[in-house]
Amino acid sequence: MPETLTVKDTTVPGAPEVAPEKADKARSLWTDAWYDLRRNPLFVISAVLIVLLLAMAVAPGLFTGTDPRKADLANRYLQKPHFGNVFQADWLGYDVQGRSVWARMVYGTRNSLSVGICVTLLVTFFGSLVGTLAGYFGGWVDAILSRLTDIFFGVPFLLGAMVILTSFAERKLYVVILSLAFLGWTQIARVSRGAVISVKEADYVTAARALGASTSRILLRHILPNAAAPVIVVATIALGGYIAAEATLSYLGLGIAEPTVSWGMDVSAAKDQLRTAPHTLLMPSILVSITVLAFLMFGDAVRNALDPKMR
Amino acid sequence: MGRYVVRRLLQMIPVFIGSTFLVFSMMFALPGDPVRALFGEQTIDPTQIARIKHDLGLDKPFLAQYWDYLTGIFQGDFGTQIASQRPVADVISEAFPTTVRLALFAFVFLVVVGITLGVIGGLRPNTLTDRTLLVLALLLISAPSFVLGYLFQYFFAFVLNWTEPNVQDATDYGQLLLPAIVLSALSLAYVTRLTRTSVAENLRADYVRTAIAKGLPRRRVIGVHLVRNSMIPVVTFLGIEIGTLMGGAIVTEGIFNVRGVGYEIFEALSRREGSTVVGIVTLIVVVYLAASLLVDLLYAVLDPRIRYA
Amino acid sequence: MTIIDKTAFVPEPRSGGDDSTTLLEVRDLHVEFHTRDGVVKAVNGVNYSVEAGETLAVLGESGSGKSVTAQAVMGILDMPPGKIPQGEILFRGQDMLKMSNEERRKIRGRKVAMIFQDALSSLNPVLSVGYQLAEMFRVHEGMGRKQAKAKAIELMDKVKIPAAKERVNDYPHQFSGGMRQRIMIAMALALEPDLIIADEPTTALDVTVQAQVMDLLAELQREYNMGLILITHDLGVVADVADKIAVMYAGRIVETAPVHELYKRPAHPYTRGLLDSIPRLDQKGQELYAIKGLPPNLLKIPGGCAFNPRCPKAQDICRTEIPALVPVTEQDGAELPGRGSACHFWKETIHG
Repeated sequence: MPETLTVKDTTVPGAPEVAPEKADKARSLWTDAWYDLRRNPLFVISAVLIVLLLAMAVAPGLFTGTDPRKADLANRYLQKPHFGNVFQADWLGYDVQGRSVWARMVYGTRNSLSVGICVTLLVTFFGSLVGTLAGYFGGWVDAILSRLTDIFFGVPFLLGAMVILTSFAERKLYVVILSLAFLGWTQIARVSRGAVISVKEADYVTAARALGASTSRILLRHILPNAAAPVIVVATIALGGYIAAEATLSYLGLGIAEPTVSWGMDVSAAKDQLRTAPHTLLMPSILVSITVLAFLMFGDAVRNALDPKMR
Repeated sequence: MGRYVVRRLLQMIPVFIGSTFLVFSMMFALPGDPVRALFGEQTIDPTQIARIKHDLGLDKPFLAQYWDYLTGIFQGDFGTQIASQRPVADVISEAFPTTVRLALFAFVFLVVVGITLGVIGGLRPNTLTDRTLLVLALLLISAPSFVLGYLFQYFFAFVLNWTEPNVQDATDYGQLLLPAIVLSALSLAYVTRLTRTSVAENLRADYVRTAIAKGLPRRRVIGVHLVRNSMIPVVTFLGIEIGTLMGGAIVTEGIFNVRGVGYEIFEALSRREGSTVVGIVTLIVVVYLAASLLVDLLYAVLDPRIRYA
Repeated sequence: MTIIDKTAFVPEPRSGGDDSTTLLEVRDLHVEFHTRDGVVKAVNGVNYSVEAGETLAVLGESGSGKSVTAQAVMGILDMPPGKIPQGEILFRGQDMLKMSNEERRKIRGRKVAMIFQDALSSLNPVLSVGYQLAEMFRVHEGMGRKQAKAKAIELMDKVKIPAAKERVNDYPHQFSGGMRQRIMIAMALALEPDLIIADEPTTALDVTVQAQVMDLLAELQREYNMGLILITHDLGVVADVADKIAVMYAGRIVETAPVHELYKRPAHPYTRGLLDSIPRLDQKGQELYAIKGLPPNLLKIPGGCAFNPRCPKAQDICRTEIPALVPVTEQDGAELPGRGSACHFWKETIHG
């Protein structure tokens, strides 16, 4: 922990005991975290992976020249992957309809990342709004909002999303995003409520109040920046979870509809060939896992850097 | 303590009503018509449909339907399946034990393995063992259960030929082992990490230092002083996980062809039939609420600082 | 003189063992911590000794290495990051640093016990105090549950906890701060150890309770004829109970002296500064003295005498040469037993 050294005579008996480790200069939480992050190999690896995945989502054409929807049944007999030719359309082989597995994996990135990122942004916004209001105002506001959170939390996440999505015949991207966000905001709400309550009691907030700062100023300038760290951490980790949830829903046939390419659907389509052509199932599966892993590691590294207790 | 339990039970009522209402209204919003779906492509007399709907109470206003449903539940009546004419309670009571068995098996597995691995890692923070366990946990967390399910099925059933790919008999625990491991994987990884963090943190606690200064043997310091204190946050998490396991069983059951609640839910969703889905979700909500109450009480046993007034 | 007197009166030891040797002797102890910012040199060559029945007060401000030394003696340093590159800790003539873990464990609690500063966090919050006290008897003496519990009640009576029998099953948080510290003391005393290390035992307590706890500790020490190492930064606590004092600064002992000698005539500018910064009634209205500057950064201990940047008497030699702990004598060269100072100008400080 950075030690803030104020110029003061500390030799008077009664000075508190401090740990022998002492930093030379004062470092803030965020610069200290950044210092840690740059030296954490997990962070660097996950950041590189995330950049690559984002590039795939934005410009899939850079990674493959093959049309992911072009089905050539003749290719069914060329299913086996050829790991040597990374630049060939067939380096991961073809699926049961004769479409390039690699091209479908590349083009599926956009769907997964859009869902993950949009759901995370939505739940972070609404979740922290509910959590902050409940935590800051307390009393009956807290009672009502917390009970509401409990109710939504009580509904199993995946099951609830399934129920909602079944009722839509035509499942557009925004439908999937909204259904996941509708049920997913509770986690952030709970975390931010807890963070706001603990920050609210801090002496510097009392001090700001004593100095006559307005409610909105206290909330925006003092509480939000300090309660943000745990919310950011949970949101980053949750992002991976939403990508996994989207893939699971697509796998169950309840995600986005064709002709959008999605990893979950491809896995589902390949499940009958698990014995004969396992790569058509395993390759997109592995990519889903790598994507989720990248965001998890990222969030994990950020948490370790922000939480001095973990060191 | 008794008064606390009563208060908690009272607090559960609005959550129970709210959650079931939420699911009920989501089902109600389903555009499909279950009665119409019964007759497929046939053209039928609208008056006949209206009569069936009236018999089932489907022509009443939404809130009245919900009220009927809620009062029915307390008499053990979960409604009737439209297609098969079977009471939903029968369908559930047939399917539920299988899912409960699977979920409990997974739960036991995750408690035993998760806590053991967590303690092993937490006692040696930042060593090779600890890092390896953390990476393994990350890998388990990042693989969605369908991915893990097929990976396991592929390797253990097709490559190694150790097990059958599908569960033939859901009462045989040997056959349930693979689905149970897949089902518990995600929670297992979380429990491992949570235990690990908690143990590593408590390892530096003053009272552990005192225990060492008392000259206690290492296994006593760990067993009596460290682990019990470290379990407090883990227990909270485990309580929530019981509900999650029940929900997660749906996907796992599909992969391994276990005929439990998940199977019934798929059947019901494809027929646009609300009563079965709502009934099952209601039961899962009840399990979740009961588990969280149990956890709170267990908390008091583990941590004497908590007193319920 | 006080030391000589005290050791002369040492009664017969309770337990066996070679009594001709010193109870505890720390020789040239070094402790360092390897952190990501570098090597923190917390203890840099400490020597001190305690006899049975004697009280040594180790005085120093935060980061002076007084607690780290005690933890090294106790064998409860976190290693890593801690490391003991050099030194000996002799308990009845045997170097504890060369013992096996199991041998050291058997000494801990039984022969050498420790009282910690914050009893609330140092007692296990989820176990009853009776259990934690009885644990000493059950583990070290193999007693049964019932018998150990009875001994625990006896101990609680000994440290004057009212209604011990009723309170034996209570948890630490149900006791007041003073009572909790008594339980810590009872736990340390359980097996009547030869040496007790008390690390700031009263710092966390109210002033009125502080005196009671210190009196109790002193009384029990006399009764059992134990050696006591009292670690503190409170000069007031020391004066009443200690026989001799070791003042630490930046991981070194800068002055040792029998307690009253030190108060009368300090032989190190740092000790003088500490004494001058005690508020005194007869100097009411005057500005309180304070040592200027900050305690040294243990990653970069100043060259020469570590105190030189803050010392009002610092000369060039203080910045280049580390002063050794040398015996302090009267102006005429007469020996002052037990006195030593690590200052190039100790003569000027004590006699000037």
